[in-house]
Amino acid sequence: MCDLRNEFPQLGRTVYGKPLVYLDNAATSLRPRSVTACWDEISSMRTANLHRAVHRVATEATEAYEAARDAVREFINAPEREEVIFTSGATHSLNLAAWSFGEAFIGEGDEILVDEAGHHSNIVPWQMLCRRKGAVLKVLQVDESGALRLDLLPSLLSSRTRLVCVAHVSNVLGLVNPVREIADAAHAAGARILVDGAQGIVHQKVDVQALDCDFYAFSGHKMYGAPGTGVLWGRRALLEQMPPMFGGGEMIQTVRWEETTYAPLPQKFEAGTQNISGTPCFVPAIECLRSMQQDECITEHVYRELSAMPGVRLFGTTPDLSRKVPVFSIAVEGAHHEDLALILDKMGVAVRSGQMCAEPLMDRFGVTGMLRASFAPYNTMQEAEYFLSSLRKAISMLK
Amino acid sequence: MTLKEKQQEIIDDFSLYEEWLDKYEYLIELGKGLEGLPEEKKTEDRLIKGCQSRVWLDCEKRDGVLVFSADSDAIITKGIISLLVGVYSGRTPQEILADDFSFLDALGLKENLSPTRANGLVSMIATIRSKAAENE
Repeated sequence: MCDLRNEFPQLGRTVYGKPLVYLDNAATSLRPRSVTACWDEISSMRTANLHRAVHRVATEATEAYEAARDAVREFINAPEREEVIFTSGATHSLNLAAWSFGEAFIGEGDEILVDEAGHHSNIVPWQMLCRRKGAVLKVLQVDESGALRLDLLPSLLSSRTRLVCVAHVSNVLGLVNPVREIADAAHAAGARILVDGAQGIVHQKVDVQALDCDFYAFSGHKMYGAPGTGVLWGRRALLEQMPPMFGGGEMIQTVRWEETTYAPLPQKFEAGTQNISGTPCFVPAIECLRSMQQDECITEHVYRELSAMPGVRLFGTTPDLSRKVPVFSIAVEGAHHEDLALILDKMGVAVRSGQMCAEPLMDRFGVTGMLRASFAPYNTMQEAEYFLSSLRKAISMLK
Repeated sequence: MTLKEKQQEIIDDFSLYEEWLDKYEYLIELGKGLEGLPEEKKTEDRLIKGCQSRVWLDCEKRDGVLVFSADSDAIITKGIISLLVGVYSGRTPQEILADDFSFLDALGLKENLSPTRANGLVSMIATIRSKAAENE
């Protein structure tokens, strides 16, 4: 554990003279030395534009970038490397999917089904698409425990459903959704399924073929990689039919005044200069992710303690903890989430408070916001204990 | 007590607490002590944007001075509001507009509260100033 923690320099810092206990990993993870070294090495020694020039450094930069594509393909078990589209993050990936899929496949009266516990990034692009095309947005609700109401799927799916958009793991509830089951139902209805994997890629072994999804989107910065990087994976058969969202450098084949033709996948969707230093960091980030293992004892301990804490309401509950990742959102009776987060901050504990980019879910549970503690494998049981005792103290200060 | 004297009094009170948690305890006590607003006054037009927590500010002009009353659903924010109300309520618009609000910097509240909160604080100040400008 000591060696692992040494790989993440930020774990060694203090805030307000206290050791930092970083429990905001679901918002952004920390970066290991291997990732910052990769970024630094490319920025300082291998900077050149990608896919264009014939000179030596350009070749090296392009090789590093394309090696990341191979690493990501293997990591998510995608059938083909050309199906891996690099973006600036999951939000970009989802907007790209919404625009291009929408142009190709969505017409007036078509339906898109989204998940009630979804991140705004997996809601708003679909709302925008529906408005643009005159399509209908439908919502797959969650029950009191936070589980998706799969019993409602048959009545929500229709012959007009074109796409189902769900999170692999909710960023608020920390529950693993039964993606394969939803994919089967969607496909049986003739629809496609897109999975927001921003949290799933961190906590689950992702195999896009086993999940049988049609799109899978995620960010680099939540999986120990570089900020400003992301992936949209999609089935070739769909991506081939989808028009590009952005036009410009490297996404073209020939440009004529009469008509421009586009480059083949994946360049068709990667217009403009890409993230030369950031995207190659997927290679060390994936290595890091593979080398770490979440201590399930911590997940179980925090879950049990929060469930039993007086006045505390834990969202995203399940009798089967293998379906719960260490992301814990709570509301405390008589204590505002912002007050709790401010006090915890002064104790050195970094947690998230507010709506967590999931306002409809806050409304669903009748709260103005929540407090979220999200753990990574580099967090220790001692830190978990410190968080719990700090939380108790904060609650008692506010009572 | 002049506006400046009142500010100095708060700075002196606040400096008694060295630890941040003690400062928070103090703000929590102030927040609990603030009367707040009746539910019917917690309206959209009194709501201040920019806070993670919700803040409502009400302003009335009485005998040439502005009387502020305010509320929040978060208690530390309510404590900060209580400080602001204590300083600026009962002052003339001219007095408020002549002030540079720098006493909040002296309290260290702007830097040490979370950015969203600092934005809320900035919004609160902007609202107090604009109320003063409207009533000048």
